[in-house]
Amino acid sequence: MRPARLPTARTYSGAASAAGPLLFVRSTRRAQLGEWVQIELEGQPERRGQVIDVGTEVTVIQVFEDTLGLRPAGAKITLTGETATTTVGKDLLGRALSGTGAPLDGLPSSIGETRRPIWGAPINPVRRQRPSDFIETGVSAIDGMNTLVRGQKLPVFSAPGLPGIELAADIVENARPSRGEPFAVVFAAIGITERETQTFVSRFRESEVMQRTVLYLNQASDPTIERLLTPRVALTTAEHLAFTHGFHVLVVMADITHYAEALREIAAAREEIPGRRGYPGYMYTDLASLFERAGVLESGEGSVTQLPIVTLPDGDMTHPIPDLTGYITEGQIVLSRELHQRGVYPPVDVLPSLSRLMNAGIGGSNTVPEHREWADQLYAVYARGREAKLMAAIVGTEGLAPGDQHALDFTDSFEQRLIHQGRQRRALTDTIEIGWSLLETLPRDELIRMSEATLQARSERDRNGEDAK
Amino acid sequence: MSEARIIRVAGAIAEARPLGDVALYELVEVGERKLLGEVIRLEGEVATIQVFEETTGLALNEPVRPTGGSLMTELGPGLLGSILDGVGRPLQAIADRSGDFIAPGMALPPLDPDARWTFSPTVSSGAEIAEGDVIGTVEERPGLVHQILLPLGTQGRVARIEGGAYTIKEPIGALEDGTPLRLSHRWAIRKRRPMVRRLAGDRPFITGQRVFDFLFPVAEGGSVAVPGGFGTGKTVIEQSLAKFAKADVIVYIGCGERGNEMAEVLHDFGRLTDPETGRPIMDRTVLIVNTSNMPVAARDASVYLGMTVAEYYRDMGYHVAVLADSLSRWAEALREIAARLQEMPGEEGYPTYLANRMSRLYERAGRVETLGSPSRTGAVTFISAVSPPGGDFAEPVTQGSLRVAGALWALDAGLAHQRQFPAVDWDTSYSLYVEATSAWFSAEGSSDWSELRSQTMRLLQRDRELREIAGLVGVDALADDDRLVLEGARIAREFLIGQNAFHEHDAFSAVAKTHSLAKLLWDFMNRGGSILSDEAGFEKLDLATVRLAFGAVKNAAPSDLDAMVSHATDAIANMGTP
Repeated sequence: MRPARLPTARTYSGAASAAGPLLFVRSTRRAQLGEWVQIELEGQPERRGQVIDVGTEVTVIQVFEDTLGLRPAGAKITLTGETATTTVGKDLLGRALSGTGAPLDGLPSSIGETRRPIWGAPINPVRRQRPSDFIETGVSAIDGMNTLVRGQKLPVFSAPGLPGIELAADIVENARPSRGEPFAVVFAAIGITERETQTFVSRFRESEVMQRTVLYLNQASDPTIERLLTPRVALTTAEHLAFTHGFHVLVVMADITHYAEALREIAAAREEIPGRRGYPGYMYTDLASLFERAGVLESGEGSVTQLPIVTLPDGDMTHPIPDLTGYITEGQIVLSRELHQRGVYPPVDVLPSLSRLMNAGIGGSNTVPEHREWADQLYAVYARGREAKLMAAIVGTEGLAPGDQHALDFTDSFEQRLIHQGRQRRALTDTIEIGWSLLETLPRDELIRMSEATLQARSERDRNGEDAK
Repeated sequence: MSEARIIRVAGAIAEARPLGDVALYELVEVGERKLLGEVIRLEGEVATIQVFEETTGLALNEPVRPTGGSLMTELGPGLLGSILDGVGRPLQAIADRSGDFIAPGMALPPLDPDARWTFSPTVSSGAEIAEGDVIGTVEERPGLVHQILLPLGTQGRVARIEGGAYTIKEPIGALEDGTPLRLSHRWAIRKRRPMVRRLAGDRPFITGQRVFDFLFPVAEGGSVAVPGGFGTGKTVIEQSLAKFAKADVIVYIGCGERGNEMAEVLHDFGRLTDPETGRPIMDRTVLIVNTSNMPVAARDASVYLGMTVAEYYRDMGYHVAVLADSLSRWAEALREIAARLQEMPGEEGYPTYLANRMSRLYERAGRVETLGSPSRTGAVTFISAVSPPGGDFAEPVTQGSLRVAGALWALDAGLAHQRQFPAVDWDTSYSLYVEATSAWFSAEGSSDWSELRSQTMRLLQRDRELREIAGLVGVDALADDDRLVLEGARIAREFLIGQNAFHEHDAFSAVAKTHSLAKLLWDFMNRGGSILSDEAGFEKLDLATVRLAFGAVKNAAPSDLDAMVSHATDAIANMGTP
């Protein structure tokens, strides 16, 4: 990773100017793009920064800590000759660290196994393995309807007041690798509140879940620009656990919205031409450099699976943050305020939700053979029922066609029995059974997504089940 | 003159001075790691360079060296089945050198320099030959003959030419003036390859997707824009076309998209076989892969590289389909570079020349008479996914595409949420190739093809009106024949337009199957109409049996199709009899 000829550390005294999170330094011979910088000022804690624009006249440094009280003229600026790295190793499991990897749990710094650059390198597409291993999350709306597979990036689209983090915590607590392989969780808190952090962390602190978890916490009160580093530090650790030690790593990143805002802040400070809603034009590329770090390698044992949380500003799916996220990730789990208000937990609206990698992870011996047809059929009836519901609000249920009426009745029981499950873990087999019991209330000609063979196999199984009783 | 040095680096852009006598779009080597870059602006002694590789770690004062040429690619046997990055380096060879993760600074040619190809000449010594002429053939893949073309700007009398096994570097002969003849030649990817003239497209490009072949066909040599918000199925459509559509060669450009998707393409294409030839799909495919986390400037190059490869096979007389996913990422790369150059932004921050660049790109599609003898016709069909922000088509990339594309396949999030796939919105989609291709469909499909098509379009329109009314007054309040329209349209949506890309037998629909389903739909409408006109109530229609029969036709294996169609015909004939 390192450039062949590495300049050693050079120290300059005094920056020309400062603006927001940026520091402008004159005449820095051989400054490198991405170079790690230390900024010292008497009587103030050391600050860290990174070179984001090198020029013969002016070099721009992005400062990760708060720049309040930073006097450019008095600053001692050291260009370290290295790009940002972080300590990685198995001994990080069970630790709580700051957004850049400093210990927060009162224990000494981890020794680690090695240091890795946090920016990562793209996985060569020909060395990727097609993700196809089912992860049982214990959540019906995901396992049954929008299956998660190893190496996938599947965000939760939440909104203020909706239990996005709670759902992520459920998954972390309940997810099981299919064959009992080593499993680890990396949690990156990006600008979330103390309360949200506690929601997540307090559930595992005493349990064994914590022993397989690494926490990186950049909270709301921590420096904003540090948020650009936190997910990268977390992903570097995740990649190390996955591709060096063979762990199946689930990375929870909350909240991508705060990350994007930090990105916008830097872009504005650099006086860049803003894109939609003031977010920079390269936000797609930047987000991709995080999300694309999920995957499975052909050569290795482990995998990196991502579960980012995105809080939709004003619940708007077309806002640039969820929009660009959706274009990069392999689907999305969408939470609905309406379901939440009706007490459905988790309040997953399955219609706009999607798992693009579902097909590879289901069916056959992965889950149950009829999984695809089962899910398609539930979707079709539920979609029809939701449309019928709108229509019924105008014309009343009597005015509906018989098929629409069936679908309408189905809709309520689908939400109450299949989607709603409270905090309980539900095994996939139970999810499938509940789905079947809902479908069996419908006439045969409504089940057009089901093949004759599947229905036959099902009724045979039912008969055998009854015989057994 | 002293060597040029880097004076500034920001993102994918570097500036160097003094670069002397370089040309715009000249390829340069940037820094000690020799990263690939391209000169995109010259101002006095200062050259601005877009760098095709990761720039982190580039330092001031590192050297920059001009190469004397623009971004070229090597065209010759061995392209089929290969997987190239945006600037044409084989990803497999990169993996062999740098492992699972891509390291910058590797110059690798697209074609394997050591592979040997068996060449048979088609001209002999003494022949007068000119640019574009076929001088011989190589069987590149079983069944696919690669014509060796005389490069542009070359002509003369053949001094010697000999069959045998050659690598692309070895001469296969020479002209009398001493010019050596080789199996491959180089081409600057931003330049379109010339042709004698454009021809009208009158043959449809058979996609195997009913909604396209039947309702919104595209001609060979045509171009289509496929805009859709995320999750509307753009990628599934592009992949289905790559797998099943009728073309000699497929160029698939994964531009700024997902790495896992490319892994899936590689996995599937290696295993699937072409039903007609029985050969692996990968044998007719060139994959160009620049995932979203690979360097942004290479995204710009990847689209031109794909077009160049396509034009090259077109020049051999083949029909090539270029599937680009997605053009928006290409446009965003232009925007990102333009912003770094502090160019005055146009609409939504895109550079003002975006529409022009897009038109020029789309216009590289076409059916043509190629240069050289023997005379050949070839075609490049261009199908491009567009990812409009927020799914709103009123944005520069979608609008710029519509100005030049001959067809619009608009994907709709509402349909996708109902799991109606392909989620093509039949109200907003259109095709300008309907007229031109109707003669072919009438001859090769069936004489009633056009009539069935226009009836079905009217049915779908009427259905939309009726559903608005039904939403106000309820279905029961509609007249019986209007209810029949609703049922017919539902059959059309579920069994004719709807197609399951993951069903073994439904993923590809031959023209005959598409016609059967359309015909059955109108059998149903006509039979239903005559039952209702006999004063029978709507409830008398046995819809359940008919719908099951339609489902059976839709999912029928080719060998069962006739049986299923006649079963459905019977079900329709009997639907009014208790």
